[in-house]
Amino acid sequence: MNGFLALFRRLEGPQTVGRGPVFWSLFAAVLAVALAYPLFSDGYTVGNTVYFFVWVFIALSLCLIWGYGGSLSFGQTAFFGIAGYGYGVLTLNFGAAYGFTLLALVAAVAIAALFAVLLGYFMFFGRIAGVFLGIVTLAVTLMLERFMAQTAGPEWHIGSARLNGFNGMSAMPPLTIPWPGQPIVLFADVGLYYFVLALLILVYLGLRILMNSSFGNVIVAIRENPERAEMLGYDIRKYQLITFVIGAALAGLSGVLYTAWGQYITPSSMGMTAASLPLIWVAVGGRSDLTSTVVGTLVVLAAFQALTIYGSQYALVFMGVLLVLTVLIAPNGLVLGAMNWLGRLATRFKQRAR
Amino acid sequence: MSLLELRKLNKHFGGLHVTNAVDLTLEAGEIHCLIGPNGAGKSTLFRLILGEHHPGSGDILFAGENITSLASFARIHRGLSVKFQVPGVFKGLSVRQNLEIALQIRHRGAELEAEIDRLLDFLGLQSEQAQTAGNLSHGQKQWLEIGMAISLKPRLLLLDEPTAGMSPEETHLTGEMVQRLNADGMTVLAIEHDMAFVRQVAQRVTVLHLGQVFAQGSIDEIVADERVAAIYLGQAHA
Repeated sequence: MNGFLALFRRLEGPQTVGRGPVFWSLFAAVLAVALAYPLFSDGYTVGNTVYFFVWVFIALSLCLIWGYGGSLSFGQTAFFGIAGYGYGVLTLNFGAAYGFTLLALVAAVAIAALFAVLLGYFMFFGRIAGVFLGIVTLAVTLMLERFMAQTAGPEWHIGSARLNGFNGMSAMPPLTIPWPGQPIVLFADVGLYYFVLALLILVYLGLRILMNSSFGNVIVAIRENPERAEMLGYDIRKYQLITFVIGAALAGLSGVLYTAWGQYITPSSMGMTAASLPLIWVAVGGRSDLTSTVVGTLVVLAAFQALTIYGSQYALVFMGVLLVLTVLIAPNGLVLGAMNWLGRLATRFKQRAR
Repeated sequence: MSLLELRKLNKHFGGLHVTNAVDLTLEAGEIHCLIGPNGAGKSTLFRLILGEHHPGSGDILFAGENITSLASFARIHRGLSVKFQVPGVFKGLSVRQNLEIALQIRHRGAELEAEIDRLLDFLGLQSEQAQTAGNLSHGQKQWLEIGMAISLKPRLLLLDEPTAGMSPEETHLTGEMVQRLNADGMTVLAIEHDMAFVRQVAQRVTVLHLGQVFAQGSIDEIVADERVAAIYLGQAHA
């Protein structure tokens, strides 16, 4: 019981912005709006919001590895794709009965994590760091994209699941919760919305606890000064590997949810554009904080979609401009900058009130 | 009993022989200072002891165990600890968090908080605890890192120029700090250029020159040695 309470105390700490009754009231208010939102909206808009939520997990994975851990991974989309295709292959072969889709979700995320163990082992125990880590991870995701792109022929199949090359895989069943009488099929509207929202809140709060724990302390210590961290007796390679694997699992979760949401996945989800976009969301939001990452990702995604309606070329150019502006004006992220400014304002206000 | 023993330690960087057949024995409980002109190989010797560099040949024994092929973190677990030449603090984190990261290995919960407060007190950094470590003065950073190094309760503390950039008063205070730690049983090996500090704390001094042990003895013997004065003035090659 005491240990359980200690976990709750870790929801706040030096590694996460936002604390105290004001922050948590705001959190509760946002949560209440999010819970009530489908009641006031139509199925299409709700489904579209789920699409935004789906990407937050891969953004959080980058926040963890890059923002907190200091290692820039350019290839989170590799895990996204592996888990997405994994879900497709498993469910196309075994169907959706008996809650198998949920098992496939877990299994696909596990496959992505296992791949990260292998890749991460060679990178971190081979002491690859800095820009080289970005190059290796980018190369891996582009290689996977190229590979999947040439699997159009009928000889490329796993069981009864055709890989289909650039056309991608489709028609896998959506997530289905077994229920006495009638199983609940989570189509891309209200059902999936609540499922993904619940996962999002669990992951967000779980990561807050993790980052404010002694483990999180070591992760930011490695970002600040890896040599000093090692000379305090930490085997930094192990900590980096664990962080990388957790990140890969989160990116994989994005991949599975994306595949289940649209019931399709293509190789371009591991391509150059796909690999760059999460970097922009996270950099613009503020990579070194979980809250700014979530808020930044949702805002930038919504803006991106609004612009796409007028022509996707402009939207991508806008993303580039946004990244340049962020680097010039607020290198720590626009949302994080605004949050810190609000925090300072609140402190000043409190002092004046005294 | 000897705590640290270096046997015929060699390290080349290309054709440069930075550590040349160095034999050095440290007795448990002593304060030993390592001096020598720039480029003598003092910091390289530290890196060899810590496992950041690996020797071409020779052995490193710590408390009787051969640690030559151990990884750095494993050597720290055996009882080594270091303060680097350029203060290696976690610049973006608060002073308190810096100490927490060092102390959380051995303490948890309320005990951890109490230990952090005790160490802040010892270092005289209580009022700076919420400060970002990168904003500290150079001397305060040095102390903070010494604090992190000693929080591991090491058997051997390596200090690479602990008083660099400090005022004479701060240097003297640092010397007293080292003596207090030594009185509690910590063995200390320090690289230092400040002779006032060496005179204050050193029980034995080793002079390193061109990667070799040049002279060894008490501070008075070393100061009296004309050959040592000569290498500092650059006349040894002549």
